[in-house]
Amino acid sequence: MELSGAEIISTFLADEGVEYIFGYPGGSVLHIYDALFKQDKVKHVLVRHEQAAAHAADGYARSTGKVGVVLVTSGPGMTNAVTGIATAYMDSIPMVVISGQVPTAMIGSDAFQEVDSVGISRPCVKHNFLVKKLEDLAPTLRKAFYVASTGRPGPVLIDIPKDMTDPNVKMDYVYPSNVSMRSYNPNIKGNHKQVKKAVKLILSAKKPVMYTGGGVVLSNASNELRKIVDRLNLPITQTLMGLGAYPGTAKRSLGMLGMHGTYEANMAMHETDVLIAVGARFDDRVTGNLEKFCPDAKIIHIDIDPSSISKNVKVDVPIVGDVEEVLTDLITVLDELGVNEDETRFTNWWKEIEDWRKKKCLSYKKKKDVIQPQSVVEKLYKVTKGKAFVTSDVGQHQMFAAQYYLFDEPRQWINSGGLGTMGFGLPAAMGVQLAHPEATVACITGEGSIQMNIQELATCLQYGLPIKIINLNNKYLGMVRQWQEFFYEGRYAMSYMDTIPDFVKLAESYGHVGMQITNPADTEDALKEAFAMKDKLVFLDFLTDREANVYPMISAGKGHHEMQLAPESELI
Amino acid sequence: MRHIISILMENESGALSRVAGLFSARGYNIESLTVAPTEDGSLSRMTLVTHGSDEIIEQITKQLNKLIDVVKLNDLNMNQGNVNHIEREMMLIKVKHGSLRDEVSRLVDIFRGRIIDVDEHSYTVELTGTSDKLDAFIRALETDTILETVRSGVMGICRGEGALKL
Ligand SMILES: Cc1cc2nc3c(=O)[nH]c(=O)nc-3n(C[C@H](O)[C@H](O)[C@H](O)COP(=O)(O)OP(=O)(O)OC[C@H]3O[C@@H](n4cnc5c(N)ncnc54)[C@H](O)[C@@H]3O)c2cc1C
Ligand SMILES: Cc1ncc(C[n+]2csc(CCOP(=O)(O)OP(=O)(O)O)c2C)c(N)n1
Ligand SMILES: [Mg+2]
Repeated sequence: MELSGAEIISTFLADEGVEYIFGYPGGSVLHIYDALFKQDKVKHVLVRHEQAAAHAADGYARSTGKVGVVLVTSGPGMTNAVTGIATAYMDSIPMVVISGQVPTAMIGSDAFQEVDSVGISRPCVKHNFLVKKLEDLAPTLRKAFYVASTGRPGPVLIDIPKDMTDPNVKMDYVYPSNVSMRSYNPNIKGNHKQVKKAVKLILSAKKPVMYTGGGVVLSNASNELRKIVDRLNLPITQTLMGLGAYPGTAKRSLGMLGMHGTYEANMAMHETDVLIAVGARFDDRVTGNLEKFCPDAKIIHIDIDPSSISKNVKVDVPIVGDVEEVLTDLITVLDELGVNEDETRFTNWWKEIEDWRKKKCLSYKKKKDVIQPQSVVEKLYKVTKGKAFVTSDVGQHQMFAAQYYLFDEPRQWINSGGLGTMGFGLPAAMGVQLAHPEATVACITGEGSIQMNIQELATCLQYGLPIKIINLNNKYLGMVRQWQEFFYEGRYAMSYMDTIPDFVKLAESYGHVGMQITNPADTEDALKEAFAMKDKLVFLDFLTDREANVYPMISAGKGHHEMQLAPESELI
Repeated sequence: MRHIISILMENESGALSRVAGLFSARGYNIESLTVAPTEDGSLSRMTLVTHGSDEIIEQITKQLNKLIDVVKLNDLNMNQGNVNHIEREMMLIKVKHGSLRDEVSRLVDIFRGRIIDVDEHSYTVELTGTSDKLDAFIRALETDTILETVRSGVMGICRGEGALKL
């Protein structure tokens, strides 16, 4: 088949099974847009800002496990996408970004809308390519998808100069189904000896803890994880990125750990003698002060990326491999040893944990006159029966969402953990809703974050995306305010905005439904009403307790056992 | 500790900046770095000298291995100590000889260097050896006689049969 570069791109994307691409046109990608226009296999979603294109592709990827695809023009198109690319990079999300570039002959001449896209993106992509020859185009596209989706996933950028897509220059195209790269061979199978060693260590433990993260979700290893945890009667705590891989409502789940984790999870971390870390990267939000981290524990770490192992915390039994492969192997070893499910295993340890649970660290005072943000999340859980896809932005509302919506399935909870990107929630929800047209999708956000990509309300109308936006409006950059309350003697420097739009009118002006809720008693009904509008986007503006804080909290320099709990006065 | 890391990487335009970018982004230090294509034109070989604790060196090699353009690498100091590798650096140094022509040329002999260019005021000397040896030569000269120095950075190779090859 003789095709132009632009046609190679559109044909390749269809051959690769790409359903949606998220993008925004401009000079250097016009040939590509023209080729896309002439076909109907790959659907293009026109966002209103390139950052949102990347977040939408990201939401699509997180909720499906497939590669999210982005198309942007050179210069400002690409730079606008950078925040979205970096967000995907920090959370290891598979993504391919195609950016237009000025024609090859003009590269380096400060041409109109020229930026060094390969240079700018280099620190926040898994890999990137500049296509210099038409015959490289198809193989490079294939490599990009391969690299993005294998090993530790991540975004890959392909910069394509305009002359590479010239409609008048054609060459033969066949889908390059084989891809081989001598310098890229991710290690999938874990070392069996190490796995046996790990099992031995776990069986010898008195106070084991399973600490799992985003890697379990990325590896689709939820079933294996559940089998092991249940068979061994292990207490399990999950990172912000791992929530849902093991059901949040199950009795062995201690909830999230770390800075805003539960009392029982963090205390268990402090007391554990064998820590089993699975697809988690010992992030500073999780570990707290490294010197006080798991003082008595031998540590097993399963991760596909050797550089994640012993990066922040030295581990005793490293296992490099894909979580699903390694856990499957681990189950085989348990079978061989005849280790069966036993509810009485670790009984004394569970007694200690039950005592910590009695603190009920997530309780909060329910007031009559003002809506508590936590209660909105609890009611949302109730109204959606715990089955919604929930995306979020960044701030207190994100932590409340993580703490009070108990996720039972992987890929159900979608948020920016590593980069903590405000503005992520709404565009990510668009990607989720497109991938799952029948599903209920809620975006829990704050009045600060939602304004960082509010323009996407127009995209939602264009594509008929009935997202429910739950705006926990405290009229503060709440997370910043909380830190200022705790650590800056209440000097609220720039954490307050006094010109907040009327979100109801704003939603309406974009063609959606807006609701404002001020009375706690109305919370549940409002949610029911909104979710009953199956094909409408509804913006629910909840005016919440302005000074609510996120508890528990581990402050800088503190260990897991030094959590700050909600003061008595703020409890029931 | 000081480590010499040899890297085989794809001979592609962006490869060097990926390595340099990695070091600056992660705050690792580079003492020297040399790179040139190998007998296989699709591969470049880089020698990188860095120092850091064992943990940092471990992270450096892991991070380098993670770069897609890095095909293979070898930490020459790993598990074999200094005796099991050979390292060399080359220096070109221009020295004012003034009235001390003989003295400078004797010094060059002692260090087994070669005078490769001469004019009425200066010698240009070529000297190869370990970095310490080059440093020692510089120290042996009067500072104000040195007009210019160029050093290649360290190259290293392991002794015996071990080879960094595909
Ligand atoms: C305001 C705010 C507060 C936060 N507070 C908390 C908090 O209290 N608690 C908390 O936990 N987080 C918190 N975070 C998130 C935190 O910043 C990190 O993003 C998060 O802890 C990292 O999660 P993770 O360790 O699961 O790693 P991820 O970033 O999900 O990394 C996944 C790991 O798994 C590995 N991996 C990937 N694929 C595979 C595979 N197939 N097989 C094996 N391994 C694989 C990767 O190499 C990597 O090491 C907060 C973020 C924000 C913005
Ligand atoms: C793009 C970006 N800029 C700044 C920050 C720093 N930041 C973290 S949370 C936060 C406040 C968020 O406010 P809001 O969305 O209203 O959420 P709340 O904390 O009030 O629930 C800020 C400014 C960030 N995470 N992302
Ligand atoms: Mg707010």
